[in-house]
Amino acid sequence: MTDPLLRVRDLRVEFATRRGPLVALDGVSFDIAPGEILGVVGESGAGKSLTGLAIIGLLDPPGHIAKGEITLGGRRIDNLSPAAMRKIRGRRIGMIFQDPLTSLNPLLRIGDHLVETILAHSSLTPRQARERAIGWLAEVGIPAPEKRIDGYPHEFSGGMRQRVVIALALCAEPALVIADEPTTALDVSVQAQIIAVLKKLTRVHGAAVMLITHDMGVIAETADRVAVMYAGRIAEIGKVGEVVREPLHPYAKGLMAAIPTLEGRLARLAQIPGAMPRLSAIPQGCAFNPRCPRVFDRCRIERPPLLAVGERGAACWLYERNGAPAVATGIEARR
Amino acid sequence: MSAPADLVSARGLKCVFDVSKPWISRILDGEPRRLLKAVDGVDFAIRRGETFGIVGESGSGKSTLARMVVGLLRPSGGEVRIEGVDMAATRDPLARRDVRRRMQMIFQDPYASLNPRWRAGDIIAEPILAFGLGAGEANGGEKAPDKARVMARVDELLRLVGLDPADGRKYPHEFSGGQRQRIAIARALASNPDFIVCDEPTSALDVSIQAQILNLMRDLQDKLGLTYLLITHNLAVVRHMATRVGVMYLGRLVEIASTEALFARPRHPYTRMLLDAVPDLAMSGRARTPVGGEPPNPIEPPSGCPFHPRCPRAVERCKNEAPLLSDDVACHFPLDDPAGPMPGKPV
Repeated sequence: MTDPLLRVRDLRVEFATRRGPLVALDGVSFDIAPGEILGVVGESGAGKSLTGLAIIGLLDPPGHIAKGEITLGGRRIDNLSPAAMRKIRGRRIGMIFQDPLTSLNPLLRIGDHLVETILAHSSLTPRQARERAIGWLAEVGIPAPEKRIDGYPHEFSGGMRQRVVIALALCAEPALVIADEPTTALDVSVQAQIIAVLKKLTRVHGAAVMLITHDMGVIAETADRVAVMYAGRIAEIGKVGEVVREPLHPYAKGLMAAIPTLEGRLARLAQIPGAMPRLSAIPQGCAFNPRCPRVFDRCRIERPPLLAVGERGAACWLYERNGAPAVATGIEARR
Repeated sequence: MSAPADLVSARGLKCVFDVSKPWISRILDGEPRRLLKAVDGVDFAIRRGETFGIVGESGSGKSTLARMVVGLLRPSGGEVRIEGVDMAATRDPLARRDVRRRMQMIFQDPYASLNPRWRAGDIIAEPILAFGLGAGEANGGEKAPDKARVMARVDELLRLVGLDPADGRKYPHEFSGGQRQRIAIARALASNPDFIVCDEPTSALDVSIQAQILNLMRDLQDKLGLTYLLITHNLAVVRHMATRVGVMYLGRLVEIASTEALFARPRHPYTRMLLDAVPDLAMSGRARTPVGGEPPNPIEPPSGCPFHPRCPRAVERCKNEAPLLSDDVACHFPLDDPAGPMPGKPV
């Protein structure tokens, strides 16, 4: 068993407000192994992006980590000073954001972005850095990179920009890449290309990936394991094939059934009644209990921890067997 | 002309936007006019009671098409007929008003399509008042609206879309995205339309909410006998909702087919490519070919067939000659044509 690269334990993120703290993430625990792609899915407001931001240390105040522990390669990173965190960001953890236009500076040439990043994280000369940058552009599939390197972001299409952003995130060879909705702003045909590039490059360079998206199709295509989030908590975590085909948690079940597929026209899509609660009104017990078709008394009182079910973890009282609940973050249960 | 079952028919529909610089800069720089053909000669017919889906990537002109169909944009050429009435050409204001009442639109972004300073009830009541549908019977015709009747109708509409009549007193910001889209649907239904144009009705919503809205749209169709024109980029949504589908690429329809046929046996290489690009949620391992290239800039479309630079089957002829939509597919060598060139042969 390999040691996890990233270990998140019992992470709690709060936003201080005048009416008291708002708990945006509560008891989030998971691991990512080196070279592994962990998908994080959930609906808007489920806390997917916030989890990524907490790991990379970019939570905007008043948001802050109130509890829990994040370690990267065995070293704790959640309590580092801003200066120390800045060293990790980029070099150890790369980040890909949703909108490729806003993550590039419109006044800088594509090459300047890459060269700056490469120089900041290596001891190359500017000339060598430029060579390296051209190499990266070629690797992410930009045609004629030695010419395009002098182009400005506005001269690139959305898909090409996202390729540049991927090159930018990977060019310092980080151990972990956090990709937050990397394909959401793109057309389907381009989306497939970007996923392929992301998957290939992270495999080649051995980077672990946390892939945050609301698109279950992208996860099914790309990830090794998946965590389904709901109202700031992990509802279910496990191997992609298992979670997609036979979800355990009633929320994950409802979510899968609600997705229309290309396979056929159903009479109706399964629908989960209601909507996700606001952070200020997360119900007592299981956060999903008011919408759950299989709710029983205990769900309304006591919050279920992640319970081990085979190799998976599900935060649902339905799966409590043998009395003692076990925290399952996936990796302990693997093989 | 069109079969009697056709509720809506479009013929040679075009929309050209002038994207040139101001004339003085153009003269000083000696530049020609630059025209963007957002929609370039589109023909289709929508039968009564069906859901006609239009899919395409961004920039394919699908939203422009939707706006022309409802009359929000004047076509640069061609015509749209709703039950034989050409809205843009009709001089008779009463006929035009009647056509307007009978078609409505649901927009993509429920955060932008509702006036934040109006209560939900007022938003829904507006079409009722605008078309004089709430007039008291005793008054006859278009007299002062009967407040109680309008209120009752609003309550009924709110219930129809799964909201509570009490919600009519709230403002849009008090609702979630899914609930706002329900209000937009209630507003669209307020004028008793029989044709509704839905422009990406669920793409701003989460999947579980999307399922609720899609189910609601289907239920309303069954209950009220509505005809939908559904514009979306999501193939799974089209698969689930539409009875027939048109595929758009760079302002043209490249293929029209029944939903079953389109998904089972795509005939245009672009349709094939789109289907192959959809992530495989079922993980069935269905055979797929990788997709190359990106949609070209519509200001400078490629010569000949607009898809030829990305098409794995393109030959010399595709570069020079634009294929017309014939037998519901615009391709010189449709995939079901045994005489077509071997796939994979580059230009």
